[in-house]
Amino acid sequence: MSKAVLMQGNEACVKGALKAGMRFFAGYPITPSTEIAEGCAVELPKLGGKFIQMEDELASMAAVIGASVTGTKAMTATSGPGFSLKQENIGYACEAEIPCVIVDVQRSGPSTGLPTSSSQGDVMQTRWGTHGDHPIIVLSPSSVSETYYLTIRAFNLAEKYMTPVILLMDEMIGHLRETVNLYDDVEIINRKQPDEPEGNFEAYKAGENLVPVLPVFGSGHYYNITGLTHNTWGFPTNNRKIAGDLNSRLLNKIEKNRKDIESFEEYLCDDAELLIVAYGGSARVGEESVDMLRKKGIKAGMYRPVTIWPMAETRLAELSERTGKVLVIEHNNGQYVHEVERVAGKKVEVGFIGNISGSYILPTEVVKKAEEMYYAK
Amino acid sequence: MPSELVKREMRTENLPHIWCPGCSHGSVMRALCQAIENVGLERKNTVIVSGIGCSSRAVGYLNFDTIHTTHGRALAFATGIKLANPDLHVIVLTGDGDISAIGGNHLIHACRRNIGITCIVMNNTIYGMTGGQYSPTTPTGDFGTTAPYGNIDKDFDIPLLAASAGATFAARTTAYGIAQTITVMEKALKHKGFSVIDVASICPSYYGRRNKKGDAVKMLQWQKENSVPVKMAQNMTAEELKGMIVTGIFKDVEEPEYTEEYQKIIEKAGGKR
Amino acid sequence: MSMKKLVTEVTWCKGCGICAAFCPRHVLEIVNDKVVIKDEVSCIKCGQCELRCPDYAIWLQEVDHE
Repeated sequence: MSKAVLMQGNEACVKGALKAGMRFFAGYPITPSTEIAEGCAVELPKLGGKFIQMEDELASMAAVIGASVTGTKAMTATSGPGFSLKQENIGYACEAEIPCVIVDVQRSGPSTGLPTSSSQGDVMQTRWGTHGDHPIIVLSPSSVSETYYLTIRAFNLAEKYMTPVILLMDEMIGHLRETVNLYDDVEIINRKQPDEPEGNFEAYKAGENLVPVLPVFGSGHYYNITGLTHNTWGFPTNNRKIAGDLNSRLLNKIEKNRKDIESFEEYLCDDAELLIVAYGGSARVGEESVDMLRKKGIKAGMYRPVTIWPMAETRLAELSERTGKVLVIEHNNGQYVHEVERVAGKKVEVGFIGNISGSYILPTEVVKKAEEMYYAK
Repeated sequence: MPSELVKREMRTENLPHIWCPGCSHGSVMRALCQAIENVGLERKNTVIVSGIGCSSRAVGYLNFDTIHTTHGRALAFATGIKLANPDLHVIVLTGDGDISAIGGNHLIHACRRNIGITCIVMNNTIYGMTGGQYSPTTPTGDFGTTAPYGNIDKDFDIPLLAASAGATFAARTTAYGIAQTITVMEKALKHKGFSVIDVASICPSYYGRRNKKGDAVKMLQWQKENSVPVKMAQNMTAEELKGMIVTGIFKDVEEPEYTEEYQKIIEKAGGKR
Repeated sequence: MSMKKLVTEVTWCKGCGICAAFCPRHVLEIVNDKVVIKDEVSCIKCGQCELRCPDYAIWLQEVDHE
């Protein structure tokens, strides 16, 4: 069963989150993500869920983690300046392995920047915004429909891998209106809980897929949660062996499960002689550019990473090696392009087209750049 | 083989604790255990949250659902816990720097919401974990490693700050007055709404040494000789109160509690808890 | 019949001296940075030492007597 509904990207995010089982939202008003908070304020109490507008972005990230330790699926949404403030507790959620979803509807920066203009300037911040070596999963939708389904997937991945997951949107998608086919039958993953009887619990030992089973607070399984390096019981330690084991497990629970996590899409790549790489809102420009180039007789195709982190590198490496020419479109001054260069290797020509004026990248600009690359010796 | 109380309420395998000789955090933590037992809180429904600093290490020793959060943010984490599951008793353990400097904004907003959390401040007027820097409660003129010529900042009065921000229970006790600390903790734990207890604590290692206050015994003796009950303080002049610790319950009123008010929103929206 | 007895755990004692200083009957002293019960018969079992000890190194324990 499905029904088609016209909605805005930010609205699709709320609907997807509710479908995934989100019952707690803490946020702070910020353009262009505010509709997500507003939607949650209206919808959550109808389902017995909770919405709270916190005193700042730091507090809303903290409250989301607090709600999550009680077993409540929790989310927050923000944009650049707020995303910067959330980094502290995103790192905490990585270290303490607390599932939660953080939505960043990107606007143009740096600093307060251009609050109502679209951008993809936060893509590296989603990877390295919080300090220290840490695991992270980042998903980036390029349509309203995909926003709905990726929001659900963000919750599923968060609960399955006990980690924060970032839904990286851009203003273009957040404020776009499109039809979404809402299917009833969607996979929903809930948090694993221990079978053991109540009592003190060794919560941080590696479980299936290196993921620990953390009992929810109030369940009678007592343990400690901390942002300090900790042993398998959750108690702080300076022991180098234990610290090394913990930090490796945190990274490996994502690294060793990349196949399950990674996702990407290809558009007309089978016979492509030039590969466009784009994600999020820029992929819409990329797709249009591929169509325009094909009309001009240039066999272009597009590779679109859906999980930005970790990136599905194997397929990108194959496609870039085969085409030998890769053009990266990003709504920034060139951030992810360096990842593409790393994966493509030195033998592949990697071009870039971006924009930092706040206005959109036009398919005509992409076509022009692609033609230059295609016809060059 | 510690006392029965310590065996029941603490993770004895993690003891002895990391605090310095004479530091009052240990006795305040024991006082909390005693108060929890006296009030009869159920372990299964009790969550203890802390921030960062000496005081916040307490959660590692307490045998409950415990969470040691980020610097200053304990109350924001606790707000999420309490709102998501109002059946839980949520207790926050924090220090003066954690709650009134980096976490000052979270403190006043938790007070304003009157959310059902008990916040115990182990106020030793110094940043101990980092080696003795002045905090927002270091008395003006006192010394810290970052106030080598004397502190020119005015100090916060935490119970007054909390009461004026909307907390419905605000009190101060001392490490010397540990029996009173237990009874006030019991009242705070039973209070519906946001309760704050500022426990004047001693840090002989950093605050005491740098300010030539003597050892732990001398510091507690000083607290004994310089404490004034709040009722008596009402009839004293500002000059007479200078350098004194005013103890007791500053505010104890009943007002709508946040999670109960949110339940009304759920009912208005037609949802079920 | 149950009675109370003063008990110490010297490995936990950090020698701060608070118990000895605030004992109303001067039952305790600190020797080589550790608590020592020097005058047990004078103890009135008031529990001040247990309340004040920051390190849980001294307490009153129930003991059964036939």
